[in-house]
Amino acid sequence: MNAVTVVFWCFAAWAVASAVLMITRSHAITSALWLVSTMFALSGIFLLLHAEFIAIVQVLVYAGAVMVLFLFVIMLLNLEMEPWQWRRWPIWVFGAGLVAVLCASLVSLRSYTPERLAQEVSGLSSAVDPAMIFPDGRAAEAAARSQGVVGAMAEPLFRSYLVPFEVTSILLLAAIIGAVVLAKRKL
Amino acid sequence: MFLGPSLALSAVLFALGVVGVLIQRNAIVVFMCVELMLNAVNLTFVALSQLHGISGQIMVFFVMTVAAAEAAVGLAIILAIFRHTKSVDLTQINLLKG
Repeated sequence: MNAVTVVFWCFAAWAVASAVLMITRSHAITSALWLVSTMFALSGIFLLLHAEFIAIVQVLVYAGAVMVLFLFVIMLLNLEMEPWQWRRWPIWVFGAGLVAVLCASLVSLRSYTPERLAQEVSGLSSAVDPAMIFPDGRAAEAAARSQGVVGAMAEPLFRSYLVPFEVTSILLLAAIIGAVVLAKRKL
Repeated sequence: MFLGPSLALSAVLFALGVVGVLIQRNAIVVFMCVELMLNAVNLTFVALSQLHGISGQIMVFFVMTVAAAEAAVGLAIILAIFRHTKSVDLTQINLLKG
């Protein structure tokens, strides 16, 4: 077991412990701060998985912007402390079943290889070249080495994924207008 | 590297998010648990992007954008509900219950 593996498991334990503490706290502010802690741990794991850009964006956007919005709303509402109460038991059985199904589907993902994925995608529609959408991991690594971490991500983002990128800006505009309209005191 | 452990960690975090949504009664905390689930899915995308190329990381980029938009609109809805019922307790919000 080398040092990187030890660091990975430290971050994993940190993330799981923070998540458990987050869902069991009865006060919203404490939950929010533990969620920030989980996001920092995940950002460390992204770094270990060679997704440096995503790791930085995770800290800036999630731990920064989104969680500040959450804390702002919690403090704006000024909620009083409520005693902790567990939900009724049928909902636990439902939750356990849902979690089992999700874990089983995640485990089955491990048998996928780039070739199998490309074959299944090309079986669905032959309009696009699967090698362009699902390039091999080694090709991406070489691109990161020659173009830099951000450059390797920016090129497919502004070539293959240009239309989704533009649609995202319309989505953000709609969200801004929707949030302002919903939060207005008088509609 | 770390593909199996990352997928397992992602499954655990997603499961914790589901448990949080089911046991919490505060609407804002339920909303934060949804964010935790989105983060777990992001981890799956990043872990598999080592195998299948950079597209996974671009998907994470889009998921983050959608999550930010969702947080803004969702919190505005919670604010509107709070003005109406003076509470964010999910068991108190039962206007549509027959």
